[in-house]
Amino acid sequence: MAYDMYQERILQHYRTPKNFGKLDHPDFSGEESNPLCGDRIRFELKLDPSKSTVAEVRFSGEGCAISMASASMLTQKLAGQPLAAVEKISRDDVLQLVAIPLSPVRVKCALTGFTALGRAIHGAPASADPAQA
Amino acid sequence: MDVERIRRDFPIFNRKFHGHPLAYLDSAASSQKPTVVIEAEREFYEQRNANVHRGVYGLSEEATDAYEKARERVARFLHARDPQEIVFVRGTTEALNVVASGLGQTRLREGGRVVTTVMEHHSNIVPWHMLRERAGIDLRFIDIDDDGRLRLDGYDDALDGSAKVVTLSHVSNVLGTVNPVREVADRAHDSGALVVVDAAQSAPHRPLDVEALGADFVAFSGHKTLAPMGIGVLWGRAELLRELPPYMGGGEMIRSVHTDRVDYADPPARFEAGTPNVAGACALSVALDYLERVGWDDMAAHEHQLLERAFRLAAERFDGTIRIYGPPLSEPHDAVLSFSVQGVHPHDVATILDREGLAIRSGHHCAQPLMNRLNVPALNRASVYLYNTAEEIDRLFGALEKVNKVFAA
Ligand SMILES: Cc1ncc(COP(=O)(O)O)c(C=O)c1O
Repeated sequence: MAYDMYQERILQHYRTPKNFGKLDHPDFSGEESNPLCGDRIRFELKLDPSKSTVAEVRFSGEGCAISMASASMLTQKLAGQPLAAVEKISRDDVLQLVAIPLSPVRVKCALTGFTALGRAIHGAPASADPAQA
Repeated sequence: MDVERIRRDFPIFNRKFHGHPLAYLDSAASSQKPTVVIEAEREFYEQRNANVHRGVYGLSEEATDAYEKARERVARFLHARDPQEIVFVRGTTEALNVVASGLGQTRLREGGRVVTTVMEHHSNIVPWHMLRERAGIDLRFIDIDDDGRLRLDGYDDALDGSAKVVTLSHVSNVLGTVNPVREVADRAHDSGALVVVDAAQSAPHRPLDVEALGADFVAFSGHKTLAPMGIGVLWGRAELLRELPPYMGGGEMIRSVHTDRVDYADPPARFEAGTPNVAGACALSVALDYLERVGWDDMAAHEHQLLERAFRLAAERFDGTIRIYGPPLSEPHDAVLSFSVQGVHPHDVATILDREGLAIRSGHHCAQPLMNRLNVPALNRASVYLYNTAEEIDRLFGALEKVNKVFAA
């Protein structure tokens, strides 16, 4: 499984993550850390003047290849999206985006950025699914 | 020491992962078990199973006898004066909680200073934090230097002539540092403090001498010393155990119970409420016999050779991309090797190593204050024990080369 996980597509995002960094005066920001691995990811979003569409998104922090790649891929999906659509993104959408076989422990890694995004827009994790917590 | 013969004593080494024989390099988390230990557990249930200290029938007497013999065996391992100083518990964690909680009702009831170190396992930090919250104790951490040695230059300040307890690990589960417990203990005693030693990582590798260590309490876990999970030991100086209040209430730990009062039993029974893990105690006794038969000195020499090989391979083959944490091998350094691989998160390292049949630990190793001190989010740790081989060390570093290849730009 290891070598399916570390596909070039994933490693590319890990080495050169998209939308990595911070925003001045973001409209939303949220953070998630996974104390088990020491991972910490922060999402920041800025809306367009109408306040209904995501204009810019950045993520920052540190983590394993899976959490960083997943966060990077997620940011690519967000820019230009109506906020309403962003709010509807589910954990399954994220896992489909990442599209690699993951053990239960590593599923958490793949969702670290997603949880940070949820904190940013809802002030709480995006999908409040305690079974998966 | 014939490692191949030793390996045949451990059934788990017949297992394969991803088509590779298991290379188990995580004994610091929990050791594997030899057949004699598994058989001892089985023998208890097949031949001697009954509750202890309760029945007057033959079987219960045999069970009690086996349990008390195990206590004597552990006393011999620790060079304790009296088997009654041996309390059977679930493990190091429970032992440290018994001590912290007990002292929280006696010497630390009104607060006071407790000195520990920044390299402790959470099980020797959290019980004291709980006392900080409950009794308002003042918890001080002795720092380490960049090679993971205790910095005793700040120790007198920490003691401040008023510390009531000093609690530290004999060996660090992350750095492998063997701490100068005797010196720490002498200075603690000079200023009137009690000394608690977490021997979870040292007991697997050497017989302990509680007097020579200068300890007042010592804790270790059976499952790291070839014995089953769920059995461990708290040793305490007789007079100190006597002054400690019980941790849990229930059967076995009383002298008499009335409707208006209760009298507690003397130690060790006072701290062994409920039905104990008798089979585990018997198996622990067999595990200690097994280790003694292998020979402590030969085992330590073997483990040291494996570490030397690992340090050499890390230095020679990796162009500085592997960084080792902990003191150099020219100094006291027990069977763990913690390292980081440049640019690769420990969980990614461990995932790729798993694919090669190698079991190593990655994460914070239940030592978050230490991770913060070292300024790393997490580390990889390979740990060795009597059954590991030079070939497994070679496999480890071969697999680490694969890690670098996978992650190379
Ligand atoms: C130094 C140290 N102390 C305490 C413990 C806790 O031991 P247990 O989980 O067996 O109670 C460990 C084991 O992980 C350890 O390495």
